[in-house]
Amino acid sequence: MHSVARFEITYSQFLDEHGRPTQPLPPFAKDTDQLVDLYRWMTLMRTYDAKAVALQRTGQLGTYASILGQEAIQAGVGSAMRADDVFLMTYREQGVQLMRGVTMKELFLYWSGDERGSDYSVPRRDFPICITIAAHATHAVGAAYAIKLRGQSRAVVCAMGDGATSKGDFYEGMNAAGAWQLPLVFLVINNQWAISVPRGAQTAAQTLAQKGIAAGIACEQADGNDLIAMRDAMDRALARARAGGGPTLIEAITYRLSDHTTADDASRYRSADEVADAWKREPVLRLRTYLTQAGAWDKAREEALLKECNERVQSAVQEYIDTPLPVPAAMFDYLYASLPTGLQSQRDEALLAGEPDGADHAR
Amino acid sequence: MAQITLVEAINLALARALAGDPDVVVLGQDVGRDGGVFRATLGLADRFGAERVLDTPLAEGLIAGMAIGMAVEGLKPVAEIQFAGFAYTAIDQILNHAGRMRHRTRGRLSCPMVLRMPCGAGIHAPEHHSESPEAMFAHTPGIRVVYPSSPRHAYGLLLAAIRDPDPVIFLEPTRLYRLFKEEVEDDGVALPLDSCFTLREGTDVTLVTWGGMVHETLAAADALADEGYAAEVIDVATLKPYDLDTILASVARTGRCVVVSEAARTAGFASEIAAAVSEHGLLSLMAPVQRVTGYDTVVPLARLEKQYIPSPARIVAATHKALEFS
Repeated sequence: MHSVARFEITYSQFLDEHGRPTQPLPPFAKDTDQLVDLYRWMTLMRTYDAKAVALQRTGQLGTYASILGQEAIQAGVGSAMRADDVFLMTYREQGVQLMRGVTMKELFLYWSGDERGSDYSVPRRDFPICITIAAHATHAVGAAYAIKLRGQSRAVVCAMGDGATSKGDFYEGMNAAGAWQLPLVFLVINNQWAISVPRGAQTAAQTLAQKGIAAGIACEQADGNDLIAMRDAMDRALARARAGGGPTLIEAITYRLSDHTTADDASRYRSADEVADAWKREPVLRLRTYLTQAGAWDKAREEALLKECNERVQSAVQEYIDTPLPVPAAMFDYLYASLPTGLQSQRDEALLAGEPDGADHAR
Repeated sequence: MAQITLVEAINLALARALAGDPDVVVLGQDVGRDGGVFRATLGLADRFGAERVLDTPLAEGLIAGMAIGMAVEGLKPVAEIQFAGFAYTAIDQILNHAGRMRHRTRGRLSCPMVLRMPCGAGIHAPEHHSESPEAMFAHTPGIRVVYPSSPRHAYGLLLAAIRDPDPVIFLEPTRLYRLFKEEVEDDGVALPLDSCFTLREGTDVTLVTWGGMVHETLAAADALADEGYAAEVIDVATLKPYDLDTILASVARTGRCVVVSEAARTAGFASEIAAAVSEHGLLSLMAPVQRVTGYDTVVPLARLEKQYIPSPARIVAATHKALEFS
């Protein structure tokens, strides 16, 4: 017996949990202004996220999935992608959405239960949030196939959580992406918890990244709480995709500092000690520590930034609150390119029934 | 003009669509070099290239899901699921994604795709190869469900489905694939979707059906004619959204209605038509609407499938009940 194939999974990190470089930084990270810009994005994401949770808690937003602790991943992805690339996401990528041009008002609308929140003014070609886990891994294959067929240099990024790697659609998508060497990056955001099921109970695999090995695609791990590692991994994967080098699977290691959603209570299934320990590795403080030590950031700039972020978020909240409710006709008017004859009478029925506030319905 | 079978008409329409629109792609298991398990895609990969007529890995969820991704990116994918009974692993994609993409993005994105599936029993195939899931698809908002019954209809309706801006489930009656030939002109002219076809005019009773059952229903109409009854035969053709007006207008003339479907009875599409005719056509009806359907059983394996599929005799018997009701 002899070995016919051998594999390994690499892990990359540039800043440790104390914000100290662990190895020479990649060229882009030597531009401190750019890192400051991404730090500003991460702070905006955290401000937005805290406001969204607060809106839900005060009855002004529906069930919401927080991105707390995953800001470095989002900034790495958002800054590495080009405007004409295609992004497919699950429900915990609002930070990437913001960087790609989705407005906070649109995000608030979506999470309030309003389809207008998926009619992004920018970016027009990105897919809407995929709630059924991993289904979008196959959509990503189709989009990437279309791009390759047309000989374009665009790339597709498909983000999902660790729970998604247990699903068939994830394997089917990776397998096909490998078979056709598509310009596609699968980003697995391993935040250690699929609602209440911990990473260790989801699979016997040593890493989630290695699930890509069976599909014959490049795969690696990166520290998802290290912006520089995330951006570097995304840069390399996107360059490979654009050069015809095929797909990549990146497992970003992070931690879900929030409950699964505002409808969840994570204290039922994980210890406060574990969460407190995870806070030591959180990404925003890590980058701020690095920038402060590099002389690119200070307390005054931090205070000014927080004020600016709060104002931007508050202004978006106001725009959202001021948006009139959708009209009942909207249930019908976007179902088909043109309303089928048989649906016209149901549309009339809905308009007659009225009751836009649902006052007569059980709550 | 050539005399061709239904499966050849499918092939002809696919070739016409591929030749006429560079955005059209054909995908599925074995659709390339092999030409599909029923040969519906025979020769297309040679003619249009393996990039546009592509063999996929063996995964129905992938096929449906990637068709969605292609369609959103601006292609017009025509995907084949080898048998309708294998489509169940793709249901999440069809219900949750294809049928909702336009609606949930307020028209920003759309999903102009066709999912072709050979459908129905009667060809002595193995288990899971004889299903009739049309009611399940017809229950799904945002999609069209089209089920042709002849070579000419297959050609014109498939072209219409490919050109339609929304997702279409295109069911193909396997037992009619090679049962008979018809003259089909390859003129690129599509037939209307969302419309019934009145295949035979009559004044005594309206027989409503679709897909493979059109054949048995026309045979029943012949038998009824021998008895002196003139049956009108309506082929629904597009089950979602369906053309109730044509059915009601016919029932207004005949006063009697029999709905014929191969699928199981409970919550089937025949029940939808029976309910709608009763709801809107009560004053025209001189007898209760009759349903002739498959039984609420598992579709039997080959040796009993003839006992499952409604026969012309069963259709005639149900029509007698409608005609003799007083």
